[in-house]
Amino acid sequence: MSFIQVNNVWQQYGDHVVLEGLNLSIAEGEFCTLVGTSGCGKSTFLRLLLGQERASRGEILLDGQPLAAEPDPSRGVVFQRYSVFPHLSALDNVALGLELPRAPLLGRLFGQRKRAAREQAAALLHKVGLGHALDKYPAQLSGGMQQRLAIAQALIMKPRVLLLDEPFGALDPGIRKDMHALLLDLWRETRLTVFMVTHDLSEGFSLGTRLMVFDKVRVDPHAPYAYGARITYDLPLNSKRSEAQAALATSLASALQPILGLTP
Amino acid sequence: MHLINRHPDRPTRLLLVILPFALLLCAYFFGSAQRLADNPNDKLLPSAVQMTDAVKRMAFSEDKRSGGYVLWQDTASSLRRLAIGLGVSAVVGLCLGIAAGTLPLFGAPLSPLLVVLSMVPPLAILPILFIVFGLGELSKVMLIVIGITPILARDLEQRAREIPVELLIKAQTLGASTWALILRVVLPQLLPRLLISLRLVLGSAWLFLIAAEAIASEDGLGYRIFLVRRYLAMDVILPYVVWITLLAWLMDWGLKQLTRRAFPWYEGARS
Repeated sequence: MSFIQVNNVWQQYGDHVVLEGLNLSIAEGEFCTLVGTSGCGKSTFLRLLLGQERASRGEILLDGQPLAAEPDPSRGVVFQRYSVFPHLSALDNVALGLELPRAPLLGRLFGQRKRAAREQAAALLHKVGLGHALDKYPAQLSGGMQQRLAIAQALIMKPRVLLLDEPFGALDPGIRKDMHALLLDLWRETRLTVFMVTHDLSEGFSLGTRLMVFDKVRVDPHAPYAYGARITYDLPLNSKRSEAQAALATSLASALQPILGLTP
Repeated sequence: MHLINRHPDRPTRLLLVILPFALLLCAYFFGSAQRLADNPNDKLLPSAVQMTDAVKRMAFSEDKRSGGYVLWQDTASSLRRLAIGLGVSAVVGLCLGIAAGTLPLFGAPLSPLLVVLSMVPPLAILPILFIVFGLGELSKVMLIVIGITPILARDLEQRAREIPVELLIKAQTLGASTWALILRVVLPQLLPRLLISLRLVLGSAWLFLIAAEAIASEDGLGYRIFLVRRYLAMDVILPYVVWITLLAWLMDWGLKQLTRRAFPWYEGARS
């Protein structure tokens, strides 16, 4: 059964059609990269998945249920900019995700629970290579380190879906390589379903297990907004990696079955 | 070298800072000496000695009638009114600004209202305040509150709107309710901005304070200035004006230091 099901989704603002007739079925654990020219609707599609906007027509199902119409902890997100809170240290930026849901009244934890949250956040920051910068404010971090922080912040929530909107667009090529390695490591470990919008075609090819190209099929030069973009190519990629992942998942499941009594 | 590329070095900068103040003082005392030479009873430009005498009388000797030290009593009364007025305005302005700038359902009715309210000239409704709140402390504080709250609220509303929408969405993906989001994301980011706005409205706050004191009061810096005006007592008025200016400058400086100390992330985040 597919994890995310997109059924005939259209998105339009007034007369401006951005997306038309999207149909997709995405399995859990896929790493989808979304490419296309600027303004072709790939970021719009990401906003639909995030719940920041609602589709004009059609529906998106997550695990068979309609997607929540506003952002929630089930879907993590990393933007190109403004992903981290400038007034909090790196540690607090990550610990915030543990504090907010557990302290509905004050939005912060105290004492033992606060220490536990901070320890958990520190462990994750060590993992993404920010162990030396726990007390630094985002403005004191480089662009690459800020994005590492943003990824850690999203992952602390253990979301089922991670949405990345050109997360490495503003980084140097060398730093970008490091970030790719980090992201793939984390993806393998967490078995997240990832959607990543990128301008960089090679990034899209090298990272994804599935590459989707957004483009307009029909263009009317007299009414440039009359038709929206569709997914013109939907390519399975890096099949070895996804097979390896699937094999791992199956073997894990069968190994656990006697213990947990699950059916694979 | 083009003028735009020329920068003063440290000693020159210091000299340039002091120069205009020194020139003003020189011009004043030169004029004062001239007039006093023509007419020793001239009251318009008192000499340094006359002003020192006045300060001694007002600040360092007991007033025969009240038994207190007039300058300090005036200062205490004025600062108390100012502090209450600024404090209330800050809290109310912050709440209104956050509500209007963060929550669209609150912003729709509040924003236009705040725009209109901020256009009401506060001094024009001073008589109404005296009628409604009487001639006591309340009406003076209310004038400050009514005068600067809409300005603070509008500024903070604007700043709240400038918080990138990405951050608000990110907070929701971290499990924040609207309330928690305001408490942990919007409020802390607006606090340094509140201090900056307070510095900007400090001048208006003093204006409203002195206006209110001038019209109906029994003490206060503004009251004293308008009282001794009847006797053309420039030797008291000028030191009072200098004292008020110094107090205002100190408050401004204090708020600036507080912003830097309490919100070390703020400077970096703006660049």
